[in-house]
Order: sequence, then structure tokens, then C-alpha cells
Amino acid sequence: MRDLLRQLLLNKWSKVAVFTICVSPVAYLGWRTYQGQLTANPVEFIQHFTGDWTLRFLLITLSITPLRKLVNLPDLIRFRRMLGLFAFFYVCLHFLTYIGPDQSFDVAGMWKDVAKRPFITVGFLGFVLLIPLALTSTKGWIRRLGGRRWQALHRLIYVSALCGVVHYYWLVKSDHRLPLLYGTLLAALLVYRLGVSLLKPRPAIVASAAR
Amino acid sequence: MRKFGDLTQADITPKSVYFNRRQILRAMGMAGIAIAGGEVLSRVAFSPAAVQAGTKLNVTVKSPFSTTEKMNSFGDVIHYNNFYEFGTDKSDPSRNAGNFRTSPWTVSVEGEVKKPAKYSMDDILKLAPLEERIYRHRCVEGWSIVVPWIGYSLSTIVKLAEPTEKARFIAFQSLYDPSQMPWGSRSGIELPYVEGLRLDEAMNPLTLLCVGMYGESLPNQDGAPVRLVIPWKYGFKSIKSIVKIRLVKDMPPTTWNRYASSEYGFYSNVNPNVDHPRWSQATERRLGEILRRKTLMFNGYSDQVASLYNGMDLKKNY
Repeated sequence: MRDLLRQLLLNKWSKVAVFTICVSPVAYLGWRTYQGQLTANPVEFIQHFTGDWTLRFLLITLSITPLRKLVNLPDLIRFRRMLGLFAFFYVCLHFLTYIGPDQSFDVAGMWKDVAKRPFITVGFLGFVLLIPLALTSTKGWIRRLGGRRWQALHRLIYVSALCGVVHYYWLVKSDHRLPLLYGTLLAALLVYRLGVSLLKPRPAIVASAAR
Repeated sequence: MRKFGDLTQADITPKSVYFNRRQILRAMGMAGIAIAGGEVLSRVAFSPAAVQAGTKLNVTVKSPFSTTEKMNSFGDVIHYNNFYEFGTDKSDPSRNAGNFRTSPWTVSVEGEVKKPAKYSMDDILKLAPLEERIYRHRCVEGWSIVVPWIGYSLSTIVKLAEPTEKARFIAFQSLYDPSQMPWGSRSGIELPYVEGLRLDEAMNPLTLLCVGMYGESLPNQDGAPVRLVIPWKYGFKSIKSIVKIRLVKDMPPTTWNRYASSEYGFYSNVNPNVDHPRWSQATERRLGEILRRKTLMFNGYSDQVASLYNGMDLKKNY
């Protein structure tokens, strides 16, 4: 059974399949646009839709590491970069709906908004933090930075996801169920990592100390 | 074997269904394609709510308060609602309020009045000639619509009750029936929904006791069968599905103020210069438009209402 799963994950078409699944939300959005079914407030609908999918992709990306261990499928790592880049793709769409229809591409007004409103500030921060991660997602950049430094940089995704959840929580008026659900999932994913790093002996440090 | 023309009692369309066939057809349209036709028919035909909403109203007065701005479509106004008793997503009320029972309905006028009274909807529809008023409606969330409401000034019903000297405020309460509104308990706000006005605000002719829109009685999701429309205040002040109107001495509690007093004041006048703590109120998005437009002071009704707030610090009394 596990061998079958591994074969599936390692199949050359598996990435194509995952890619197709990842574009399906935006394809659905396009179809609804074409059908004229974007509700009475299309801009808001697109904003919420792309914001939702950004958070989902961040959480899916963050769940790869625990999943690899918990279900013993290390090959899942093949998809992590693509999933992270899709989170970035959806946040870019989300950001475009903000600077376009909301701010009319008025950069000065946007800066004022970012500086003044905590919920915009934190959302903007979450977006900005993902930019270096997207830029350094290639093999070349992993080599250039070195594995350890690259990994440290990419831990920014924890902060970014946290910003995303807070951004959503602060936006909502009174029904906080969904932002709290995202927050709980994120907390579980982060607590898992904390637990692993606390429990694990550090051979690298031991080795360097012994030198 | 039955021949054409051999009609039994069961073949005759019930009178209530016949007389409301247009409404039923419209309700079926609203119910959407998601539900199979047979189920829709049985639900609509035997639910008094669906028959109640969408009854043609006899509007005899065109109001001078009406704006000439382009109205929003009926479809927009019935599919984009904040009515937390029926769910917190804008699309929830249109899905969930279909079976809301709005008949029979009683509105009680009470408190500091000489003549307390209970009105049925039939009474309310006959208290004064029905006017159509096309108002701008601005939500605290930053969107707006233009709607042809139907009703008459709230002052009509208040005057009939003859407020006592002590009456300085007026408190309103919505129906809260958890068995019909199971979504309410998950909305995060305390229900029943309550609202309030200063008595002079309530007596201002702009304040509308609203029983319909677009030529018909109110759809359930828009606050059937009777609601307020206060066009110079944020939309949440315009309380829906009213069952109680109480004249009082002191400023009454209001739902959103009770939930977060730093964000939602008692007055909640539309004011582009006083931001919500979390977002700007300087602009709004008119439904049907992409870019935002400037928000007007008192939502453009300064001529009628600015004098109510002479000498008041509107930054403090937000």
C-alpha cells in the first residue's frame, strides 16, 4: 500500500496533477466571472475568495513537513515549493484587488492606509514577507544561500501565516468561527514544530562543540 | 378512466396558491435552481412567509425625499444582506429566510406613552398612505445601495401613541425566534437585536417605518414584515423585523454598541471624517460599481438632519 502511494507520489505526472488541483480555485473564479456570478459585490467576493485560498495554501504548505513524518511519506516534499508558490500566487491576486478597486492604484493613499490600519498593516506584512520566499524558492538560491541559511529565511512563512490569520480575525465583525479555525490549525502546525525542535537532540551543535 | 374535464376537489388549485401565483413564481426564482422543482412548490405553496413577502402594495405618494440616483437591482438587494439571525454571510439570509413566518405579526408600541397599542400588519398598512422613498443606504462596512423603500414616517405611529413628557428616547426590538433562526446563536452578537434613536431623530420625517420595497411587501431577508430605514445613519441602525417599539427616558442599549462600543456608537451617523477604528469611512463601494466613491456627510442628508446635531462633537458622539 505504501509502495503504491510512493509510486504515485514519484510518478512524473503527479506534479501535473497537484498543479491542476492548485489552479482549480482560480479557474472556478474565472468561470464564475464568465457566468456573471460574482454576487452583488464582485470586488469583495474576489477579495474574500483569494484571501481564503491564500490562507488555505499557507496551511497546506505548512502541513507538508508534519505529514511527511506522521504518515511516513517523505516524498511529499516534492510538492512543497509548488504549494508555497501557489499561496504566493493567490496573495498576489488578493493584493491586486486591494490596490486596484480599493485604492485605485493610488500608491500614496495605499501607504497611508497601510500605516494607519492595523488590519491592513498586518495583512500587508504577511504579503511582503512572502516575496523573498518566492524569489529564493529555486534550487539555485538554495545553493547560493546554503541549506541552513535558506531554511532559516524560509521560516518567515510562520510569521506570514500568523499575519494572515490575524488580518482575517481583525477584518471580521462578530462571527469569528472561520478565522479561529484557521488560527487553531496554524497553532497545531507550529506547536508540532516546536515540539520536534525541543525533543530532538542537536547532533550538529554537539559536533561543532566537540571540535 | 378519467376524461379531460373530470376534475375532483384535489385538482383545484388552492385559492391561496392561485391568488399568489405570481409571488410563488418569483419565490421559486429566488429559491434558485439548487432545489428540485417539486420540493420548491410544496415549500412555497404552504409556507405563509413566501405568500406574505412579495405582495403588491398600493403606493399612492411619491416622496420629495427620493434621490434621482440610479437604483440598485432588486436581485442585488435580496441577495446581499446583513441579517445575522439568518447567518453572517451576505448570501446566508437569502438562502435561510425563505420559511420565516411573518404572518401573523404584532408590533407593540409601549413604554412612556399615553396610548400603548398593539398593531397587526393589516393595521400598520392602513395607518397612513404608503409612500415610495428612494434612499441611499450606507453600510458601516463600506458598501452602499439605492433602494426604493415603501412606508411612511415613523412619526405617524409614535404620535398615535402620544409620548409622555418623560419620553426622550425610543427603543426597538427585532423578533428573535431561535427555532426559526438557529443561525443567530452562532452570529457572535447578543439577540434579540435591539436599536434606539433619540426621540427627535425618530420624529424626523426622513425616518421611515418601512413595509416594502420595489413596489411590494418586504422580502424576508430584507427585514419583513416591518423595519426601519434611517438613511443618514449606518445600515445597522435600520433595525429589521420589528416587534416592539418602546418610548423610554434613558438612552437604550443597542446591539452593536453593546458588542463593541469603541467601534459602533449609539448615533452611528454616516460621517466620512470619523473612521471606524479598523477601516476608513471616507469612501464606499456602491454595489454595481468597481471603484469606490466618496462618502457624503450624513450620507447626503445634511439638509434634513444636520440641525439635529448642532453643537455636538461628532467625533465623540460617533
